Amino acid sequence: MEGVAHRLPRLLALVPYLLVRPGVLIEEVAADFSVTVAQLRRDLELLWMCGLPGYGPGDLIDLSFEGDTVTVTFDAGMRRPLRLSGAEATALVVALRALAEIPGVLDAGSVRRALAKIEAAAGQADGVVVGLATREEAALATVRDALDRRRAMHLRYYTPARDTVSERTVDPMRLLLVEGRSYLEAWCRSVEDVRLFRLDRIEHVSTLDEPAVPPPQARPTDVSGGLFRAQPDQQVAVLTLAPDARWVAEYYPVEELIEGEGGAATVRMRYAETEWMVRLVLGLGADVVVQTPAELAVAVAQRARAAIRRSDHLERSETG
Amino acid sequence: MTAAARAERLVNLVLCLLSSRQYLPAERIRWTVPGYADAPSDEAFFRMFERDKAELRELGVPLETGRIPGFEAGDGYRIARRDYELPDIDLEPDEAAAVALAARLWDSPQLSGAANGALLKLRAAGVEVDTEPSVVVQPRVRATEPALTPLISAVQQGQVVTFWHRRHPAEQPAARILEPWGVVSWRGRWYVVGHDRDREATRCFRVSRIVGPVRAVGASGAVQRPPGVDLLQIVAGSAEPPPAAHTARLWLAHGRAYGLRRRATVLRTMTVQDVPGDVVTVELPGYDVAVRWIAGLGPDALVLEPTELATAVRARLLAAAGSAG
Repeated sequence: MEGVAHRLPRLLALVPYLLVRPGVLIEEVAADFSVTVAQLRRDLELLWMCGLPGYGPGDLIDLSFEGDTVTVTFDAGMRRPLRLSGAEATALVVALRALAEIPGVLDAGSVRRALAKIEAAAGQADGVVVGLATREEAALATVRDALDRRRAMHLRYYTPARDTVSERTVDPMRLLLVEGRSYLEAWCRSVEDVRLFRLDRIEHVSTLDEPAVPPPQARPTDVSGGLFRAQPDQQVAVLTLAPDARWVAEYYPVEELIEGEGGAATVRMRYAETEWMVRLVLGLGADVVVQTPAELAVAVAQRARAAIRRSDHLERSETG
Repeated sequence: MTAAARAERLVNLVLCLLSSRQYLPAERIRWTVPGYADAPSDEAFFRMFERDKAELRELGVPLETGRIPGFEAGDGYRIARRDYELPDIDLEPDEAAAVALAARLWDSPQLSGAANGALLKLRAAGVEVDTEPSVVVQPRVRATEPALTPLISAVQQGQVVTFWHRRHPAEQPAARILEPWGVVSWRGRWYVVGHDRDREATRCFRVSRIVGPVRAVGASGAVQRPPGVDLLQIVAGSAEPPPAAHTARLWLAHGRAYGLRRRATVLRTMTVQDVPGDVVTVELPGYDVAVRWIAGLGPDALVLEPTELATAVRARLLAAAGSAG
């Protein structure tokens, strides 16, 4: 059962909403309020029982239903929605201010006019500031242009997980600004799936003279909860990080962090590519200890020894 | 008492108090608004009424309390229509699209919940806001750090806060007393900015490095943000300058080490241990990062110059070779 704290704001907003939309489809109302039609009907039935002291037929909120539509015939004095709460005003005003500051996302004029109107109605919101500007990215202008003109693109893209560069033809869908970085969301024709391409990893980009046609199964990525999604087929490593390597737990998503002796921390980390994890651990040297899996520890030690042997060889070949 | 009956009582209470110009005493509300008369005792009624008042105030309903002239039995209640009602607002389609995009900015249950609550009220005021605006650019801001909510609340209340904070992941947390001026999201990270009472200086703290709870101490309104402070500027200006770049001459195996190759200029080819490769020069961002990247590549990247870098990489590889036995 839904709590009052959830339902009451909707109940208070419904009558004013219906007042300005006489004869609106019930289905449409339910969609606007993000509830089922059945729930909306329960809400309307409840409101029908409410009204002004006296609570006689002429005092109660009155609704008339015609087909699948509804109209308010008596509002019992509930003519306007409640003012925005402090939290609601903050959430909206701070977001609008942030949008106003990033160039090229929306028409800056629309954002500023909307902001002025919301502030006039809801009040100022101080104390929370969001800066959306990302780092300078060379590919941005071309990507924006291809999105606006709905053109396919050719990318040369660096993939850190495999430390390789690949050539791809993609159908651009959106530009996402997430966690301080810009990503191109596109249908990748070679892997036949939606992929996010971080703009600073695009080595080269060109707009093709053909339209972008993402297939119907190309759904926008759900980025709520962060970009990194734990996948069931990923491997898990347990690493103990010395204080100098603790930044790893901040930079990469970790599932669990247990404090250890002398500022060390033990973390569980998921990874898709063994090669990537070997590079990370090998680069950290003595600041990390692999607890599990044993194969990872072995692979790291083997790579380290191979590197030492090769550098010995190098010294001989350079001096000899 | 079912939740539906309570919702109905609260709607009736709002309608009753909105319709009255005078303050209404609690007793009058008890015998007027449907639902309260069911209370079996005075005590039960007052408990119910207190909960209901708290619920309405939580939602932002401006429930006023005032003395009733010539009435001895205590305060009365009313809701002033001009304080309750959202003022007229009229958004053009392009402005409404901006509002819809703004509401979708947040990736945080609290902030996106609040933004959606605001949209609901705007729709009820007659504004048409598209729920699925088709935009080619979508910014998203995560706000999931547990310390954020108490910090925002302290900023808005003007209260001093105390917390434990790690200045760097490698350091131990230290206690801080801060007069918070605001919270700032910059390049995907949240910071709290204010006057550090111990250091007697303006400071900003990365919120994710706060360890344990944030405690608000002292009176509301005790913190005044100095006029003209640009919070975003303080955060952007306090970012550590990038470490000095290092130039190195490396050997990279053919078809490997693309992360380094992206920054490298190939000078010539050279074969080491029968493995073909390239001699390159590369600009590396800082010494520590250089050592980590090169060591991480194992036999695919070898340092030719400078010698100190080669020695540091080798030391790291020896540590990694020994640790697994």
